[in-house]
Amino acid sequence: MSSALSNLFWILIFPGFLFTVVLGLAASWIVRKVSALVQWRVGPPFAQPLYDIMKLMGKEILLPQEAQRHVFIAAPLVGLAGVLLLSTMLWRITIAETAFVGDIIVAIYLMVLPSLALILGSSASASPHAAIGTSREMKLVLGYELPLVLAFVVVIIKTAGHVEPGQQLSLAAISEHATVLSVSGMLAFLASLLCVQAKLGFVPFDIAESETEVASGVIIEYSGALLAVWKLMHAMMLVALPLFLVMVFLGGFGTAGWPLVAGIGKYVLVLVLIILIKNTNPRMRIDQAMRFFWFYCGIALAVAVILATIGNYYGISWL
Amino acid sequence: MKETVRKPVLAVGPFHPLQEEMEFFQLTVDGEIVTDIDVRISYNHRGMEGIAETMQYDQIPFLVSRICGICSASHPLAYVQAVEDFAGITPPDRARYVRTIINELERIHSHVLWVGLAGHFIGYDTVFMWAWKYREPVLDLLEKITGNRNNYGNVRVGGCREDIPDELKPEILREMDKIEKKVDMLTKAVLDDPILHARLKGVGTLTKKDGIAYAVTGPTARGSGIKVDVRHDDPYAAYGELDWKVITQEQGDVFAKAVVRLLETSECIKMVREALKKLPGGPIAVEVKEIPPGEGCGHAEAPRGETFHYVRSDGGNRPVRHKMRAPSYVNVPSFRASCIGQHIADVTLTLAAVDPCYSCTERLAVVDSHNSVIHDYDSLLRLSREKTARLKKEIGAPEMRLEDI
Repeated sequence: MSSALSNLFWILIFPGFLFTVVLGLAASWIVRKVSALVQWRVGPPFAQPLYDIMKLMGKEILLPQEAQRHVFIAAPLVGLAGVLLLSTMLWRITIAETAFVGDIIVAIYLMVLPSLALILGSSASASPHAAIGTSREMKLVLGYELPLVLAFVVVIIKTAGHVEPGQQLSLAAISEHATVLSVSGMLAFLASLLCVQAKLGFVPFDIAESETEVASGVIIEYSGALLAVWKLMHAMMLVALPLFLVMVFLGGFGTAGWPLVAGIGKYVLVLVLIILIKNTNPRMRIDQAMRFFWFYCGIALAVAVILATIGNYYGISWL
Repeated sequence: MKETVRKPVLAVGPFHPLQEEMEFFQLTVDGEIVTDIDVRISYNHRGMEGIAETMQYDQIPFLVSRICGICSASHPLAYVQAVEDFAGITPPDRARYVRTIINELERIHSHVLWVGLAGHFIGYDTVFMWAWKYREPVLDLLEKITGNRNNYGNVRVGGCREDIPDELKPEILREMDKIEKKVDMLTKAVLDDPILHARLKGVGTLTKKDGIAYAVTGPTARGSGIKVDVRHDDPYAAYGELDWKVITQEQGDVFAKAVVRLLETSECIKMVREALKKLPGGPIAVEVKEIPPGEGCGHAEAPRGETFHYVRSDGGNRPVRHKMRAPSYVNVPSFRASCIGQHIADVTLTLAAVDPCYSCTERLAVVDSHNSVIHDYDSLLRLSREKTARLKKEIGAPEMRLEDI
């Protein structure tokens, strides 16, 4: 197989699109089923997320009269492409060790794309509900990006002494160390878990989509196949973002034997934590969420950065 | 391009996931802050008052219990009390106690329902599902007593339709014990949860002054420190003979309304227990031969506030006028005092915090095309006055002005 064909295979079949979509739909079933069990409901059958996508694919796409059509249609695809690249990259680093220096920066960049695409799509849809959703999503992105990057800085400082020179920004090198087993690493993990919660648009940070306030806000005007693409994107984010956390904080995902089982265990742990946070909290207000991310998370992470630096300097690994 | 300057307006309604009923709150917003609010109702006008005039006195309780699925004990009770008022009928003691128990069971399930809905409105779906599960046994009890989970229609002029059988008493007491524990748990959860505090405290405050000015009723008033409760101020059924207290909170915010409802639920449970203990023997209804001419008023404390019924009879078997006023009708205008200047996220919560019931509140508005109301309140009033003037002229009545009276 030529390298172009094999690249296409990686991106479209395994471990890219198809593989991640199947896993993502299974993950979104887990989210719905566990939420249902927490809430004393029965929950949907296993294939329900797939049925939803299939049904939406067959529905008519309604375009708002005053929408910016090209942006409106392109936005979900941009978001999907971002998550597709992110998940392909993460899986390739895990499975085939095709790492490159600085891939953590690329991952952080790709993780912003879905939110940016949401902002683009909703602001192109010419709906007042979407406009409010857009402004909320923007504020939210501004809110959680700072703590998220700070959390990764903590990890980079923590692992800097243990990896080969020049590999400090390489995910493959970072993922060999479970940074979470230290005070600063734990702080950074918890803060970035909440940031991922916000990226996924789950309670308490579902502010941009809040159903009972702005009636799905950012995606209110989307229907049919375009909405299905958003749902697919969200399902793939359910794989990519927890996987990223596992790689950065929890010591990575193995490829065979016990490390593989441990990796799956870690992924499920992160997913269950996300579901539990989702089901035991009310939605925050946007100003409260920003204050939370900037002040509380920001201060906690500043402390974590200082602790990690001290620990690194004096060689105290638990700090 | 159109050159019109558009006001940034956020439409909560006519169909909105906030509340699955037809309501329309037009929020004028400046960023996240609501600067003005306009309420529009009458999307589901059913003409209950007109229908009531076509029905016999014994059929009307079944009609008015369908005004609202959740206040379906209070409306018939208020109607029946209005008829008993002018017909001079005194219901037997047992009937008064049965009415009390049904009404308090209704209040329990309604308040627990609201707690669940309030959770849903702030994205806390776990509370929503749990509260509604806790509410379920109360509905089962009501079904066992009256035959229906909602729309009981258990009162009739002169007494009650269905009795509470003695063998059901232990089960009711057992369920009350169970639900008391769960309500205590919910109360503690609301009082202790810091994120709930952040979302509910200081939100949508209705001051005591504004509350009195807008004449709000029910938990909305009691949450603002106004001690009004028909059960206490003008005791009906058996409320005068039971030991209970009116719950009030001073703050007037959504949190205070939640606390009022939760503590009231505990009071309701106590009242059901006491009423069951004191439940006298005897018949549950007296024979009513005919309804004399006259007019009467009846009111009852529904879970959302005072519901008021006026009935006028000309001695026939149907009322010639039946006027109803549900509590949400007076609670809804208070949004102007409590919502302006708040965040959108808080306003939607405040809208829900008075537990508005739109089917109760519906009034007539004549609409011509898709979005232009050609008859609002003022124009209807003008039309009504013109018609009255025309009729007076026809029958030769003396000219009279409002200023002369």
